[in-house]
Amino acid sequence: MYPASFEYFAPTTLEEAGSLLEQYGDEAKVLAGGQSLIPLMKLRFASPRALVDVNGVDGLDGLAEEDGALRIGALVRHAACERSELLRGRFGALGDAAPQISDPIVRNRGTVGGSLAHADPQGDWGSVMMAVRAEVVARGPEGTRTIPVRELFQGPFTTALEPNEILTEIRVPDPGPKAAGTYLKLERKVGDFATVGVAVHVSFSNGSVQQAGIGLTGVGPTNLVAEAAEEALAGSALDDEAIGEAARLAAEAAQPHGDLRGSEEYKRNVVRVFTERGLRAAAERRSDG
Amino acid sequence: MAVTEDDVIRGIGHSVKRQEDERFIRGRGTYVDDVVLPGMLHLELLRSPYAHARIKSIDTSAAAALPGVVAVVTGELMAQHNLAWMPTLSGDTQAVLATDKVRFQGQEVAAVVAESAYIAKDALELIEVDYEPLPAVTTPQQALEAGAPVIRDEKEGQTDNAIYHWEAGDKEATDKAFADADKVVELDTFYPRCHPSPLECCGCVADVNPATGKATIYMTSQAPHAHRTLFALVAGLPEHKIRIISPDIGGGFGNKVPIYPGYVVATAASLLIGRPVKWIEDRTGNLISTGFARDYHMHGELAVKGGKISALRVKMLSDNGAFFADAQPTKCKAGLFHIVTGSYDIPAAHVETDGAYTNKAPGGVAYRCSFRVTEASYLIERLVQTAAYELGVDPAEFRRQNFIQPDQFPYTSATGFEYDSGDYEKALDIALERIGYADLRKEQEEARKEGRLIGIGVASFTEVVGAGKGSEYQIAGLRMNDGAELRIHPTGKAVLKLSVKSQGQGHETTFAQIVAEELGLQPEDIEVQEGDTDNTPYGLGTYASRSTPVSGAATAMVSRRIRAKAQKIAAHLLEASEDDLEWKQGRFSVKGAPDRSTTIQDIAFAAYTNVPDGMEDGLEGVYYYDPPNMTYPFGTYAVVVEVDRGTGAWKVRKVVAVDDCGVRINPMIVEGQIMGGLTEGFAIAAMELITFDEEGNCIGANFMDYLLPTAWETPSFELAETVTPSPHHPIGAKGIGESATVGSPAAYVNAVVDALAHAGVRNLEMPVTSDKVWAALEEVGLAQ
Amino acid sequence: MVEMAAVGEDTITRPVTVTVNGQKRSAEIETRLLLVHFLRQTLGLTGTHVGCDTTSCGACTVLLDGVPVKSCTVFAVQADGHEVTTVEGLATAEGLHPIQEAFREEHGLQCGFCTPGMMLTATALLRENPSPSEQEIRWALSGNVCRCTGYQNIVKAVQHAAAALEEGR
Repeated sequence: MYPASFEYFAPTTLEEAGSLLEQYGDEAKVLAGGQSLIPLMKLRFASPRALVDVNGVDGLDGLAEEDGALRIGALVRHAACERSELLRGRFGALGDAAPQISDPIVRNRGTVGGSLAHADPQGDWGSVMMAVRAEVVARGPEGTRTIPVRELFQGPFTTALEPNEILTEIRVPDPGPKAAGTYLKLERKVGDFATVGVAVHVSFSNGSVQQAGIGLTGVGPTNLVAEAAEEALAGSALDDEAIGEAARLAAEAAQPHGDLRGSEEYKRNVVRVFTERGLRAAAERRSDG
Repeated sequence: MAVTEDDVIRGIGHSVKRQEDERFIRGRGTYVDDVVLPGMLHLELLRSPYAHARIKSIDTSAAAALPGVVAVVTGELMAQHNLAWMPTLSGDTQAVLATDKVRFQGQEVAAVVAESAYIAKDALELIEVDYEPLPAVTTPQQALEAGAPVIRDEKEGQTDNAIYHWEAGDKEATDKAFADADKVVELDTFYPRCHPSPLECCGCVADVNPATGKATIYMTSQAPHAHRTLFALVAGLPEHKIRIISPDIGGGFGNKVPIYPGYVVATAASLLIGRPVKWIEDRTGNLISTGFARDYHMHGELAVKGGKISALRVKMLSDNGAFFADAQPTKCKAGLFHIVTGSYDIPAAHVETDGAYTNKAPGGVAYRCSFRVTEASYLIERLVQTAAYELGVDPAEFRRQNFIQPDQFPYTSATGFEYDSGDYEKALDIALERIGYADLRKEQEEARKEGRLIGIGVASFTEVVGAGKGSEYQIAGLRMNDGAELRIHPTGKAVLKLSVKSQGQGHETTFAQIVAEELGLQPEDIEVQEGDTDNTPYGLGTYASRSTPVSGAATAMVSRRIRAKAQKIAAHLLEASEDDLEWKQGRFSVKGAPDRSTTIQDIAFAAYTNVPDGMEDGLEGVYYYDPPNMTYPFGTYAVVVEVDRGTGAWKVRKVVAVDDCGVRINPMIVEGQIMGGLTEGFAIAAMELITFDEEGNCIGANFMDYLLPTAWETPSFELAETVTPSPHHPIGAKGIGESATVGSPAAYVNAVVDALAHAGVRNLEMPVTSDKVWAALEEVGLAQ
Repeated sequence: MVEMAAVGEDTITRPVTVTVNGQKRSAEIETRLLLVHFLRQTLGLTGTHVGCDTTSCGACTVLLDGVPVKSCTVFAVQADGHEVTTVEGLATAEGLHPIQEAFREEHGLQCGFCTPGMMLTATALLRENPSPSEQEIRWALSGNVCRCTGYQNIVKAVQHAAAALEEGR
């Protein structure tokens, strides 16, 4: 309940923030929403020597559509996503996910960027962003680089970000004029982590699947992508057979761990059921613009 | 102002808005953590990471040297003052701070007292304890195996992990009935370890003042007087120099009945240091070490003959943790579990329990259980449900066919309880009608054809609360009586002091309503005081739904004593004979001459200004009530669920709750208690669990693992009532606090089982999580 | 200025000024001091409660710049220059806030421990959505745990307050 001591900085520019991270190296942590970091600090599972609070840095909280793509500032709160009209329709996977993250009060502080940087295998945004094939922009002392979210997670709570890098933006590519997506999450109660979460994002062209994205939450050491299922769906009519096959392949791609939330077999089955339900819903929504 | 003819006295039966809300809605309640005293220090506890380990050494030097740390306390230091161990409420002993061994994960090992809690926590990290881990015993079955590690090796004469063996009922008659039976129905079930988890954790501010020699302890206590007496016995402080103040309590549910090591260490620290010491546990401490609930392995059998239940046989194994610290009447090793025949007319019954030590936190009796009635009610309602399926009878009908009938009351059960009153069929009928039972059975049939699973669960509970005669029911030797002290002031206002202690039940309002009813004062003219041992009468406190049955009765009785004296004063004032007076709504008038009258307010004034010769001044009294019997609230709950065949998740569609708690003092408050209990019942049935791995590591020691439902998961409830007064209670009331937590878990579980029963599923273990349901679906070919 | 507990060389402090219930409050505090402890201990506003240690229960909910946050999961230094509303700031000189009246009228509280957080979350909901459905109310309150009431009367209290605020418009 009582964190250990730390130096506190509240820079107002990215440059300032960056140089602080440079100075403290892996002894510093970026403080964004704090809804994952502060609980760890209170239990003393994390005791960084310095906190770099970036909430005062301008320009990191934009949420806009640009040329059919989405630009989400790293500091955009989950609650803003929950309320945004932009995250429906073609970006429905994001719109479905946002209200299901943690609980409504935590959503007022927690950020999309913070969530991705935290890389909890039970975190929801990771699976969604992989399903929509997003990339993140990271700013370091040498400049900025983009990292596909599919290459971001290296292990539980471990990303490809360097300690001196700050995640500034998430870019979701244009899925085309006809796209639909869902995020289904099985949780024991609001605020619990996912037992299983499945993000589905489908781009259509001429009535069939142009590209599919399927991200899995809570069934592996990181958020996972069901690649074989995605490949099987490409070019298909998204009929019952294709859906059933993709769902089966998604279940195979999962690497669940048996625990109090359920056995391996159980979680795999939920992956299958949710993939099926998500794809069916996407099929129904395919006429949405 | 006296009440006029037209005014209605808002006494019994009125949904008076609560007096206590004034401060709570303003955020001006005084909970223990809100208490700040000059010079106050903060205490934090160091807890064992191991479930079972020898302590080889403790090095506190670095902790003691940290700036801001005033003292570091170990078991060794406590032992020097004979305080390393303390007696429990069940006649056992419990470690205050571990000396030789730690016996459960989370057990208190040392304490730091510092200028702030932050510094105390810093210092805790500097204490070095050298543990030698020992094999952990994590189930009672394991505990009772030959050769199991002896947990309580410090107890003289304890050579194994057995605590007690206890029986009730008639074994011979029961065995005979089973031998004679047409059919025997069995159920093996486990009521898992859960936790009352009030939103406010336990804590105290102990102020042993060296100047006055008085120890004032602000404490989260449901039983301040009992705690004061125990403190006197344990700490050797003279009882008249101990003042326990239980201020506002943020929920109790039985969690705030036991005495915890934190209270004792804080008091000892305050005594040694000479400054007030505050100890407020964190949620992890609360869940991992304080009084848990249940953890009962039950095997039940019903004998059925000619379609009716002829006998009940139960064998149980109780996991009591490392110390036998149950808060229950001393003679009842398994609480009031033997009420297990429930609402049914069962001629013979036999109950057998064995209690075992394990490497877990101590406790078992808590969480609105009415002393193990939750376990009993769950078992019988699940058994009856199973029997109905086995016999091919509708579960509601099978209950009806076996109910105790209204003309059988007072009813003596096969295990010796005398039920005061009941009308079970009436409650069942209302529940079935409101839930739309007949239509639901049709809908269930149709839904099955479509591949959808709907379940209807019923539970018809009778429970036993209040605790009975003082000669038969004591806790730590203290008779379970409670009192009320009432004084009417000269200007006709009153103060009522109670020995019980609300933790949200609304006593400041409901008890004022009892006085209002008896004396014709309005409730807002009566101030109710509780919780301060310096100015309230003695009693055993609030738990087991006993406040209304015991202190409520005392309140009515003392009010009547005062009214009797008031009648004498009235006779004096009206120059009439007492027998010529009649009483109505706060006024005595001469029979046949209604304009010759005097109000209770005038009488109050006269009590201090104009009493008849020979009469003592004043208008006050105290009454200690010795209940002649327990009271027996009852009801029927009905739940409808739908089950998702792909995930096993179930959703509650409707809940109907019909309760009978006798006369209802404040219907609004009664309904609030019921809804709270229905929610806790839902939580227990659906998601609450404290469990352990093989090494004794506790899973469920924080709110990420110990799940409490939010407004989103919690269903809404439709409530109804019947009123069957208790014939032996002065106002006919029975108590309601625990009924819904007792009766509803079985209703929810019966509903989910009912959704799968057509395929042969008979049982699902609590918490009935989605994965368990799905596994059952898989097994019977219904999973998707 | 506020008295400090005994400090060692390792104590790191910052001056902060937070506007709490409309009043500027300044103090020199440790960087690690949680906002809930700043409110309860530094400022003596004990209406905000602590119910857990994993950001799960919502008993500590306050409004930060009008938005409900769990004050146990925000550092007090982060509130420097910002506005905080606690339960003590709900009533005005004119009287109780409609949400407070509503909770009492509808028996939306029993032990009172979750009540401050519940009421603050409810006021934020009603500002954004003056006429919420039952489902919307339950959804909005799903970050605030109650052990006593079973939530049904809390929902009624929010509906009552919604109607009262509508009338007052």
